[in-house]
Amino acid sequence: MDNYMKYNEVRNVTYRPAGVGKIFTDPDADKAREYFRDEKPRKMVEKVSSVEQVVKQLINDGDYVGIGGFGANRTPVAVLHEIVRQKKKNLGLAGHTATHDFQILVAGNCINRCDVAYIVGLEARGLSKIARKAVQNGEVELCEWTNAALTWRYKAAAMGVSFLPVRCMLGTDTEKYSAAVEMKCPFTDAKYLAVPALYPDVGIIHVHRADVYGNCHIDGIMVADHDLARASRRLIVTTERLVPNEFIRRNPASTVIPYYLVDAVVEVPYGGYPGNMAYEYFSDEEHLREWLKAEGDDDTMAEFLERHIYGVKDFNGYLDTIGGLKRLQELRIQENLVEK
Amino acid sequence: MEHNDMELMICLASRYLEDNSIVVVGTGAPCAAAMLAQMIYSPRLMIMFEAGGIGPLLPSMPISVGDSRTFYRALVASSMPEVMETCQRGLVDYTFLGGAQIDQYGNINSTLIGSDYQKPKVRFPGSGGANDLASFCWKTMMITPQDPKRFTEKIDFITSPGYLSGPGAREEAGLPPGSGPYKVITNLCVIGFDEETKRMKVESIHPGITREKIIENTGFELLWSDNLTESDPPTDEELKYLREEVDPYRYLIGRA
Repeated sequence: MDNYMKYNEVRNVTYRPAGVGKIFTDPDADKAREYFRDEKPRKMVEKVSSVEQVVKQLINDGDYVGIGGFGANRTPVAVLHEIVRQKKKNLGLAGHTATHDFQILVAGNCINRCDVAYIVGLEARGLSKIARKAVQNGEVELCEWTNAALTWRYKAAAMGVSFLPVRCMLGTDTEKYSAAVEMKCPFTDAKYLAVPALYPDVGIIHVHRADVYGNCHIDGIMVADHDLARASRRLIVTTERLVPNEFIRRNPASTVIPYYLVDAVVEVPYGGYPGNMAYEYFSDEEHLREWLKAEGDDDTMAEFLERHIYGVKDFNGYLDTIGGLKRLQELRIQENLVEK
Repeated sequence: MEHNDMELMICLASRYLEDNSIVVVGTGAPCAAAMLAQMIYSPRLMIMFEAGGIGPLLPSMPISVGDSRTFYRALVASSMPEVMETCQRGLVDYTFLGGAQIDQYGNINSTLIGSDYQKPKVRFPGSGGANDLASFCWKTMMITPQDPKRFTEKIDFITSPGYLSGPGAREEAGLPPGSGPYKVITNLCVIGFDEETKRMKVESIHPGITREKIIENTGFELLWSDNLTESDPPTDEELKYLREEVDPYRYLIGRA
């Protein structure tokens, strides 16, 4: 109790004005409830589709999308390529450690607004020239956040509430350029930052295993996908493998996404390539380097995109351009023989 | 033993991570420092990655804070909210940050250069998890080369909080009391933070470096410790583990 009093005495706090950023998605939890009541299928039906169909049917120009995984780890690359191929426009994006995913969508000129935690970089691999150029030219409207803030914005939506109080971002320019609002705890008077629930129009997640109804297993880290799956109005799942429902029923503790969250399931082996898929294949660092290098020159980049995305029919076509099963098996060896 | 600046910074940083504590690291030098600490000084140091990896037996340095190496033979393959909430709860002792600019209070810019937010002169990735870790972890460290452009009086954007505008400012902002910048380890010296003013204070100078050189490479006025010492150079043991076990392909230490 003494400590409690002490902290309250030093809480001679002032409240800053709300962040100047724009809220790109509606945080209203009641509207989301209505949507989930009316539009989310409860019936456990087979919902297997193709990448081409899900992008055509479930992603509209102007939609706000949330992407699962972590930049170039367990990222739904097959769907991202199809978004580019179908020339979707004016998408919004939750830039929650967006690395190769951001790079793909910028290359296709698909996004015009972004909630930023991490963009334009590919972590230790360096920075993307085209992504930087798009942002520096003001082609993508930004609102600033952090990884924790975005993951908790998903969590608020997943909980069915319109905001959550958090303790990051306070006192910084990251806060100033966000859309967060400072608030007082009604119990302790402590200062918090209220971050609005983030309900994406479409969530896209790549998983290790799913059945035809959309019950999913993910191996390894979840990143923010537990909450992203629950926050998304529509949810597209791509899976390395379709498995029998019986397999799910025998391992229910591993089911991280239940069928009633999922609108479509697509089997896409190597669907996270050139990213890393835990226990399956390592990231193709050579190809990612080649992509970054191609960005140095407009013509080279146009050729690169033509060769790998526009000029192929589907994701299997892309995998053929990078060396097919032979290259993928090398990456499987890299992933599974990491022992020293 | 001969060594370069990167090796020097990693070895010095590894000495500050106490045994039986928890550190959240990213890729690069911080990860190398934590691995080296585990091998020599702090075998029970627990390493976490913000994407969800907890307590891995790292086979090599990760490329991404979410790649499969970050939870290789780990205790837990968890999630980003799990790790961030553990930090917010006050269980994480150390973290490491980097950035394009840093000021005398340890505030860091990794977002942009310029004055127009929507059309910056140069855009960097942004916070990622850096702001969160700087807000929540008890002790924030930095490993960075020192030059006057990087160590600057006024940074273009406060991405992650140091001591903000000085004493009491973190608490006034609502950040958890008792947290904040701890050490800045550069190629020239080790810098701490003055208890009273919360400004950077040089604690030890690396062998062969002069006070003048440090001043030349800093864009603001530094404080100097009354017990200013010379930094202990990397030991043979540190360099051996760093070169043979932590970074055998010299991805990191070959860059300096």
